[in-house]
Amino acid sequence: MSVQTGSPSGPPELYHRPMSFWWWLQKRAYFNFILRELTCVFVGVFAVITILQIRALSQGPDAYAEFINRLRTPGFILFNTVGLAALLFHAITWFKAVPTTMIVRFGGTRVPDQVIAGLHYVGWMVVSVVVAWILLLR
Amino acid sequence: MVSALLFPIHVLLIGLAFPLGWLDAPDYESLRSLVIHPITRLYLFVFIFFPLFHWAHRFRYTIYDLFQIKHGAQQPIAFLCYGAALLGTIFAAYTLLAIA
Repeated sequence: MSVQTGSPSGPPELYHRPMSFWWWLQKRAYFNFILRELTCVFVGVFAVITILQIRALSQGPDAYAEFINRLRTPGFILFNTVGLAALLFHAITWFKAVPTTMIVRFGGTRVPDQVIAGLHYVGWMVVSVVVAWILLLR
Repeated sequence: MVSALLFPIHVLLIGLAFPLGWLDAPDYESLRSLVIHPITRLYLFVFIFFPLFHWAHRFRYTIYDLFQIKHGAQQPIAFLCYGAALLGTIFAAYTLLAIA
């Protein structure tokens, strides 16, 4: 009876260098990365708020008025202000990364980074104006 | 993509400009008639569905990175994240179909 343990025939035991929980505070790039990834929390919450707004709208004028009054409370205003800043950080860093991730060739030459990023900003503005136009014309 | 392009203007208007009175908000009836239009319902579904999974995916990996989660414990976190996004999507679909 023999029991195989570890090397040379078994799998090697991997050594993991212990890493501090605060690794993301050790470099500015790490911190920005975590900050950017955490903007997803606001994205999730705003999606849920939108569902609740549609639900309030379906429940009649009184339920909707109550929902709108809640949006006027300081807590929501503060949350939405921080959330909007997070969304803008997410959008701008994404447009900054897009020329690296999206390589477009046109007539054999690579489309310059500024053009790719610029078109994204233009698209963003157009979409925003259309949404604002539809909501404000009501 | 949806979160970056569409969320900022929605939060700026619905979350700040309307509640603070910078701009006139659409009244109940006109907003309701806008929302029950089939194209608006489809728009709102995409507006909720994509960002919920955007949250689930990124939140999952941020938890892994931040807390250095090893393989064994990764699966339940993934299950909870995508499960929550799926529940939210079903609730959104139900709400958008039920509104009349």
